[in-house]
Amino acid sequence: MGGYGDVQLLRDDGLRLDGRKLDEMRPVSIEAGILPAADGSAMVTHGLNVAVAAVYGPMEAHPRKIQRQDRAVIDVRYNMAPFSTGDRIRPGYNRRSREISKVTAEALESVVLVERFPRSKIRVEIEILAAEAGTRCAGLTAAAVALADAGIPMRDLIVGVASGKVEGIVVLDLDKAEDNYGQADLPVGILPNTGEIAFLQMDGDLSPDEYNLAMEYNFKAAAEIHEIMVDALKRRYEGGEN
Amino acid sequence: MGWRFATNGEKEMSNGQNGAELRLVTPGMAIGPSAGIRVGSGALAQNDTIIATRLGWVKEFNNTVSVDPINSAYMPRSGDLIVATVAEVRNNLWFMNINGPFQGLLPMSLAPWKVEFGAARQHMGIGDVVLARVQEVDECHNVVLTMKGVGLRRLTQGSLHSVPINHLERLRGEGNATLQRLRDACDCRIIVGENGKVWVDGNSEGTAWARQAFDLVLKSGHKDTFEADLTALEKNAPKNGDA
Repeated sequence: MGGYGDVQLLRDDGLRLDGRKLDEMRPVSIEAGILPAADGSAMVTHGLNVAVAAVYGPMEAHPRKIQRQDRAVIDVRYNMAPFSTGDRIRPGYNRRSREISKVTAEALESVVLVERFPRSKIRVEIEILAAEAGTRCAGLTAAAVALADAGIPMRDLIVGVASGKVEGIVVLDLDKAEDNYGQADLPVGILPNTGEIAFLQMDGDLSPDEYNLAMEYNFKAAAEIHEIMVDALKRRYEGGEN
Repeated sequence: MGWRFATNGEKEMSNGQNGAELRLVTPGMAIGPSAGIRVGSGALAQNDTIIATRLGWVKEFNNTVSVDPINSAYMPRSGDLIVATVAEVRNNLWFMNINGPFQGLLPMSLAPWKVEFGAARQHMGIGDVVLARVQEVDECHNVVLTMKGVGLRRLTQGSLHSVPINHLERLRGEGNATLQRLRDACDCRIIVGENGKVWVDGNSEGTAWARQAFDLVLKSGHKDTFEADLTALEKNAPKNGDA
């Protein structure tokens, strides 16, 4: 989120550099159950982002100090592969991945019925194989599908989606250039059936009107992604392939 | 009964056991209004609507709506007959892998042998498989197992297989009829644990065939073609006395 310089992010015809309209999302595809060793798994392709999520558990929480007597804990590990970006990134945990792991875990805790599994742990691994802005949203969506695939009880799915501002105009689903040189980014985690927000971050500045428009775009996109999520889960089982 | 399914669920739900009645739902999806309907497992009532909390098939029985999950962890209940594996041994107890979120505990006092303190390893080591019963489960998910009871024993031969918990009913059939068919077809001893672990003892051909049958349960246990598929598989079964 640089917001500096005179990088042109909108074309003269009002479209964005990649030809999308202001409220148009990058193409999204989701596949559930891709990892046989995991209890549940999913792969989300969102534009050029590729996120894989695997869910293990519920299992006994170790070390014991992390156990909660009345509920399960959700242990999320978000990681970007070193080859996921143009410049190789240093492997392993860093400040950013810690932050995203934490906020993703908190978002998922609000939808998973954690009180059903006291003293246990649900492990969620999110691996970003290719990154092009919006990986935390793709990861969150993948984690929700993987949790559903694992049979973990949830009161809703959760959809990660983002809007932002470039050249003073609100746009849906920022790509890399818009994320780097735009003026604001608003990733949210939306519960599509109830319309609740389980996760919200904002980078940059938005006026109240711009915020409302960005949220309108986000809700519209969340509804579209939710249909793709449901379709992915149904496709896995209705065809009889287990 | 005046049941109205939500729009999302009105899409084609083919391959169901009971035709159009059976439909696949995902967490958060509305199943129908909650008025006058009891909410079963895998669902909850929210704002006068029953919503699914699990990915699975909607089941309506006795005015109760529940969701039969496609995947689920084994949650032990007192009295369950299970096939468990020794995970850890202590001086006076064994920790057993019961294929659930928590290990089960088998104290030496509930073993079928007279075990001296410190001699637990002489009776069972890590990896040994036993047929046990769940004696007690408390609210903190502490699971105590027992091997005192008719037929409960160490399983010293045969092989161990897995079947999804939600398909156990299909594997057993009405009054264990399907299970008996499998036993007859492969000429093997088969014990189905409530924890989704299945013990098979017989010759290699029979065991291999039984494994195919378990794969069939996994793949099409929820379909109405299951019976036909099983009958077709039975034609390739190593009948009694074959090997």
